[in-house]
Amino acid sequence: MKLVEHFESGLDAPICLTWELTYACNLECAHCLSSSGRRDPRELTTEQCEAVIDELQRMQVFYVNIGGGEPTIRPDFWHLLEYAVDHQVGVKFSTNGVRITPERAAFLASPACGGYVDVQISLDGATAEVNDYVRGPGSYDTAITALRNLRDAGFTDAKISVVCTRQNIGQLDEFQALADEYGATLRLTRLRPSGRGADVWDELHPLPEQQRELYDWLRGWGEGVLTGDSFFHLAGFGESLPGLNLCGAGRVVCLIDPVGDVYACPFAIHDNFLAGNLLTGGGFQQVWQHSPLFEDLRSPQTGGACTQCAHYDACRGGCMAAKFFTGLPLDGPDPECVQGYGEAALAGSRTIPAGSQDHSKAAPTRNQPVMLKLMTRPPVSDCAESPLAGWTP
Amino acid sequence: MDLDELGLDQAWALSPSVALRPEPFGALAYHFGNRKLIFLKRPELVAVVRGLGAVGGDGSVRSALVAAGVPEAGWPAYLAALEGLAASDMIARVA
Repeated sequence: MKLVEHFESGLDAPICLTWELTYACNLECAHCLSSSGRRDPRELTTEQCEAVIDELQRMQVFYVNIGGGEPTIRPDFWHLLEYAVDHQVGVKFSTNGVRITPERAAFLASPACGGYVDVQISLDGATAEVNDYVRGPGSYDTAITALRNLRDAGFTDAKISVVCTRQNIGQLDEFQALADEYGATLRLTRLRPSGRGADVWDELHPLPEQQRELYDWLRGWGEGVLTGDSFFHLAGFGESLPGLNLCGAGRVVCLIDPVGDVYACPFAIHDNFLAGNLLTGGGFQQVWQHSPLFEDLRSPQTGGACTQCAHYDACRGGCMAAKFFTGLPLDGPDPECVQGYGEAALAGSRTIPAGSQDHSKAAPTRNQPVMLKLMTRPPVSDCAESPLAGWTP
Repeated sequence: MDLDELGLDQAWALSPSVALRPEPFGALAYHFGNRKLIFLKRPELVAVVRGLGAVGGDGSVRSALVAAGVPEAGWPAYLAALEGLAASDMIARVA
């Protein structure tokens, strides 16, 4: 049995586990894949979180990717971080930087964290103009301040985590320059049409020629840039990029959400991909090893129309979440298929599924991004000055 | 090939920063320091790696290979695999 077949049939414990600690967030990013904003009142308590970490230690989950929402605004975040490290569960956490003060940066660089902690600062533009357009006003400055605090505290090798969009793919070299300036490593990931990302995907997802630009750039940097294995759909261009190059959902990857629900992957927070809850399902190990959904994902999958394609072995049909949230069949091409089959599929009839959870803030705050667009509807006439022109009650 | 030239009597030890997790195909080795994840694709290799630091053993590659029941003809391949692990700092020579 080849190693990739072992991965497809599932491992005893995930290799890559994402844990969204809270749906609460100070920001309201337009493309938030967990539709975060408000805290969920059912959020796991500190004790419940500690029990999860105990179980991850028993299962030898070597590290956990903590995100949110904004995880650092949980009052017990720093306690849970230390608790995990003390229990041999390394932590990689994603933050917009809002709580990375000089004091916290010094803590992260200290022996208390034992070098078991990675910090990923989210930045979706190499300039404030591009970043703040999707992440909201002031978010660029917050991220840069956090990077500066980490560097000045002697924390080495922070990660700059970038979601690649139509607007920032032209800035890859500028991102790399920022990483160099702050002694950081660049981490590029794919924009998914998940959560609020579904609302802006059409505008933000990279154009076909940009996918090629990204692929060539990634090939040039090799293992010097991290990708979370998120670009395996680009393998259809030819050579595979470093990484596992398969959909790991429910096989080597999964997500625990703030209320303890376990989903097949971080980009699939939807009832269709809900495997169970670790509070009611007998614990995380039980859900991971025995949920019917995960057992189904680990059974041989059909590639559908894609199996006729010469590149199927390279891209394996692409990303399940990207297909699902654009309303495409799961056994067909990825919406961003580099052979162009995605565009044809998107042009056909499809229904975008409604989200099954939304923790977006009920009323926008000053942090909400304002994605201004040019008016595409012509005015009623050149001289119709009345604001009610063209409106008939 | 002269097996002695491969350093069979060299003592090696698993890095204290490395954890091994059993899996159906063998084991996952994770290095908490350099964050490298390596797949040990044969149960015999896992046995050899665990045998390097076995209590009561001398830590040498030879005794680990013998203890794991690897036939002599296969030793060069295992030594190459161990060199690969050493290159990622998963195991290190004991002075």
